[in-house]
Amino acid sequence: MNIPADLKYTKKHEWARVEGDLVYVGITEYAQNSLGDIVFVELPSVGDIITSGEAFGVVESVKAASDIYSSLSGIVKEVNNELIDHPERINQNPYDSWMMAIEPSKASELEVLLDASAYEKLCLEEA
Amino acid sequence: MKKTPLYQAHYDMGGKIIDFGGWALPVQYSGVLDEHNHVRNKAGLFDVSHMGEIMVRGTEASLYIQRLITNDISQIKDNQIVYTPMCYCDGGVVDDLLVYKFNDKKYLLVVNAANTEKDYLWMQENLKEEAEIQNISDEFAQIAIQGPKSETILQKLTRCQLEKLSFYSFQNNVNLDGIKALVSRTGYTGEDGFEIYVSPTEALELWRKLLEAGKKEEIVPAGLGARDILRFEAGLPLYGQEISQDISPLEARLGSFVKFDKGEFNGKEALLKQREQGVVRKLVGIEMIHRGIPRYNYRVQFNNKDIGFITTGNHSPALGKDIGLALIAREYAQIGNKIEVIIREKKSEAIIIQLPFLQKKYKK
Repeated sequence: MNIPADLKYTKKHEWARVEGDLVYVGITEYAQNSLGDIVFVELPSVGDIITSGEAFGVVESVKAASDIYSSLSGIVKEVNNELIDHPERINQNPYDSWMMAIEPSKASELEVLLDASAYEKLCLEEA
Repeated sequence: MKKTPLYQAHYDMGGKIIDFGGWALPVQYSGVLDEHNHVRNKAGLFDVSHMGEIMVRGTEASLYIQRLITNDISQIKDNQIVYTPMCYCDGGVVDDLLVYKFNDKKYLLVVNAANTEKDYLWMQENLKEEAEIQNISDEFAQIAIQGPKSETILQKLTRCQLEKLSFYSFQNNVNLDGIKALVSRTGYTGEDGFEIYVSPTEALELWRKLLEAGKKEEIVPAGLGARDILRFEAGLPLYGQEISQDISPLEARLGSFVKFDKGEFNGKEALLKQREQGVVRKLVGIEMIHRGIPRYNYRVQFNNKDIGFITTGNHSPALGKDIGLALIAREYAQIGNKIEVIIREKKSEAIIIQLPFLQKKYKK
């Protein structure tokens, strides 16, 4: 399974990439694979305030609708609106298909994110 | 979970297995969209061995079945099939099924897997005529080959002239490359195709032969996910969603399968009353105007008033639109009416459109 070493991960199968003050967030290979063909995404708006543990978006496959939860609190600074017209890109390239960029307000929440090897272990346990 | 005779093939070929009403069946292989696309344009192979089969035999078998079902079997010949609801006395639906006529003393009823026990008990309770019934579900595996290339592929395995097998007819004891099977020109996808009933011991061999025979035509094994979208696009009902104990065939637009002039049958009085007074609810097709995918049981509103619910909804790959079937109060059911679907606590606008969403491509 594709789990890039330079990203951070959550237990709910999202990835996070830190770039300066922002953290880009998307769903992992494992997540897109278990969801199946994705046909719809709902994203937050720039300026939305997100609390960790809250759903910030929705991904729907031909099988079901799934909430996407944020592990970080903060303000949404950018949104990848291209995914709205091309939700299939999440299946094709999950790690390029970031959904939002958040400016985290709690540094401690960043520290508890999983590294690639810890996340891989989690996937193996769940598989 | 119960396993069908094809379980090993699903597992070996990478099918994603789920619990479907107590049966271990593949929800998908390569992916729902890919499998859907193959069935609409080429061919797909489905394991439908979980379906129930109930044999009815006896001198009054015809009379008995006529009383159980809403459709009329008096007009069909031997080797023909009818689709029909089977109703309770209040007009609710026990199940929807296919009746295969071998002759007027022998019929095979093919019922929904999850309803088999219930149907059998209901049929037993209602038996007054000279007939006997037998649940022979374990004696059959069932494979459906569906899609425009189905005939070409299946023909490679048999000398039986399939082009002569018309829609909703069947042939028993067909030799499929050494395997004896009952072959009917039926399906649940809106495409041309066949359903093949075979002994469980030979099912795996036939499954492999069909995949091999269809290689050039690019046949793929397909799962429940694709099957549900295919039947939904074609406007075919699913028991438990479009019809149920609480939803009558008339509400579900299945009036053409209710024959009031054939004599007495279970539910006739209640359904007649519904027809005379007009149904209170009606099944309609909807297309989303706002972004969003309608799903089973989402509420439907008009001017903030609840008027019904979604029975099936999804993204339609064939149409490239988000569509649904909704059971709503009759007064709002006109085509062109705008309604609202409650998706995650928010209202999303939709419009009522003509059904079926997609023209069926059956070979008559």
